[in-house]
Amino acid sequence: MKKTYKIEVDCANCADKMECAAAKVAGVESVTVNFMTQKMIVSFKDGSEPSDVMKEVVKACKKVEDDCEIYL
Amino acid sequence: MTKKQKKMLIRILVSGALLIVLHFLPEDFPHLEGVAEDSVLQRLPRMLLYLIPYGIIGYDILRKAFKGILNRQMFDENFLMAVATVGALVIGLLKTGDFDEAVAVMLFYQIGELFQSYAVGKSRKNISELMDIRPDFARVESENGQEEVDPEEVPVGSVIVVRPGERIPLDGVVEEGDSSLNTSALTGESVPRDVHPGDEVVSGCVNMNGLLRIRTTKEFGESTVSKILELVENASSLKSRSENFISRFARIYTPVVVFGALALAVLPPVIRGLFLGLSPEWSDWIYRALTFLVISCPCALVISIPLTFFAGIGGAGKAGILVKGSVWLEKLSQTGTVVFDKTGTLTMGQFEVTAVHHSPLSEEELLEFAALAESSSSHPIAVSIRNACKTPPDLSRIGKVEEISGGGVIVQIDGRQVAAGNAKLMTKLGVACMECHQTGTIVHMAIDGIYAGHIVISDREKPEAKEAIAALKDAGIRRTVMLTGDRDAVAKEVAEDLGLDQVYSDLLPEDKVALLEELLKSKHPNEVLAFVGDGINDAPVLTRADLGIAMGAMGSDAAIEAADIVLMDDNPLKIAKAIRISRKCMRIVRQNIIFALTVKAVCLILGALGIANMWLAVFADVGVMILAVLNAIRALFTKEV
Repeated sequence: MKKTYKIEVDCANCADKMECAAAKVAGVESVTVNFMTQKMIVSFKDGSEPSDVMKEVVKACKKVEDDCEIYL
Repeated sequence: MTKKQKKMLIRILVSGALLIVLHFLPEDFPHLEGVAEDSVLQRLPRMLLYLIPYGIIGYDILRKAFKGILNRQMFDENFLMAVATVGALVIGLLKTGDFDEAVAVMLFYQIGELFQSYAVGKSRKNISELMDIRPDFARVESENGQEEVDPEEVPVGSVIVVRPGERIPLDGVVEEGDSSLNTSALTGESVPRDVHPGDEVVSGCVNMNGLLRIRTTKEFGESTVSKILELVENASSLKSRSENFISRFARIYTPVVVFGALALAVLPPVIRGLFLGLSPEWSDWIYRALTFLVISCPCALVISIPLTFFAGIGGAGKAGILVKGSVWLEKLSQTGTVVFDKTGTLTMGQFEVTAVHHSPLSEEELLEFAALAESSSSHPIAVSIRNACKTPPDLSRIGKVEEISGGGVIVQIDGRQVAAGNAKLMTKLGVACMECHQTGTIVHMAIDGIYAGHIVISDREKPEAKEAIAALKDAGIRRTVMLTGDRDAVAKEVAEDLGLDQVYSDLLPEDKVALLEELLKSKHPNEVLAFVGDGINDAPVLTRADLGIAMGAMGSDAAIEAADIVLMDDNPLKIAKAIRISRKCMRIVRQNIIFALTVKAVCLILGALGIANMWLAVFADVGVMILAVLNAIRALFTKEV
């Protein structure tokens, strides 16, 4: 399953860091952070609950970039 | 400017002003009586004064750096900037008494960040506005007058009224009214299109002069405008190789420079002190190391590449070329072979019956049989035959219908077996057919196994087709190939006239995929093969090619879905234009990569040699970013390309 989330992040490098961090979260199949359109496109592994996974994704992203925002 | 940006601007101005004031204070101010000249204590009050602008401009960086340490993010640029500037302050306190530098580095870093966020926000807004074709409302007509509603709530078959100057909210057919439509938001062409009752109209066009009453044929979610918006909003989620290269590079670059800085701070003084018997000059080497840290931020690189692609995609969109992601823009620029579908791409795809030959029946009778036989097909040839038949077909006369793929149809009409199709079908049925001396598509007819003549249908070349092929050659395309299900004679004539290099004819839809596989194998591995089709019957080929380009996609969902690049109108000249736009975009990408890397490398070398100070480092960093961003925005301008 694929879902798109609106995000807010100030620098392009931070967006890349968020992408790396989110990709390591369990239940995430792949993730693309698009800095220009301020979007995060996450595809989830089968059998994982997106809302649970996204909580972890937000945590992981906050860790690498304190200033980021993901609108669930 | 957003609130955040305004606040930052005020911080920059205030701390900049303070810095200037402090800089022009007498050098020995504030002077402490009774404290030794040139001592740490003597310099301390001055540093405290400098800490005011430093705090104003850098408090958020310091805060983020602190949080970064807690989260063990060693290569966070906030952390690096904090280390560099705090280090500079400490050196100033212990040795040089120069505090300008630390504050200035922070100041310029923030100016760079502000500029970046402003420029990116601005171009993002510009590009979104460019593609903003979302209709605000639909004016639905009902018994109790007209009502403005959300386009999403309008069911299929409703009648909507579009006044002059308004955007058509939903796809439909004109019921009443004549007008011209401005399609420039969709196609990038400013030539208006005239519409009359019975014409299909697509959402997103602007009604220019007359009042139109339109019966909707699609829901909003299925309408052209939604499809395009969806495509634009999801564009560039597939990243290009250049973007991936830069993000990988950034991940390695920062740690390497930081370790380089560490080595620079420690190794030379130790070697000097222990082995060469010189004074270690610790503060000098640490200063050089701090200069390294200032250069270690990869932001100029990381921002300018996606920005260039984004601007390129936006600029292409303005010209009526929708690109589904930066990876496709990159591939388009590497195109070496262009494979065309003939019908609807190089030719108009509007067939007309031009002659009926060798028929024992009257022309009308034969056409009527043909129209009945082809009544269930949506193929353009079938449509043209139905159009040529004057009497409306009586469908109750039709019995069993058997479609022969790549051949034609065999239909029972009034209990008689009617076969309509190409020569292959006739051979299969054991019917001897007459060759035709005219070029065009020939539909042979046989009734009850007896030859009943043939119908000649021809298609016209698009007026721009010849120029389009020449423009592709000019753009450096090495090979142009045409695939068609049409007969050899027709195909050869068209190919020769247009100046195509190769032509494959008599192809069944499945042959096209197989042939494309072969072409893919024979091409140079670094080169991209693009297939251009109109999305009708060629979706598998569009998907299979390295790069699928669909033309005339206004209203064709299949094409929009299968293709990587969508040309909104059906002008083949746009292919060469799209290639030129992509090349311009890639040129800018390369310029930015080379420029930023060179400046960084030079600064690193000069910094290590002690020639470049922190001022130069931060100027180089911010300067490179500003120039790279400005260069990136050039990709938005595609009119003259």
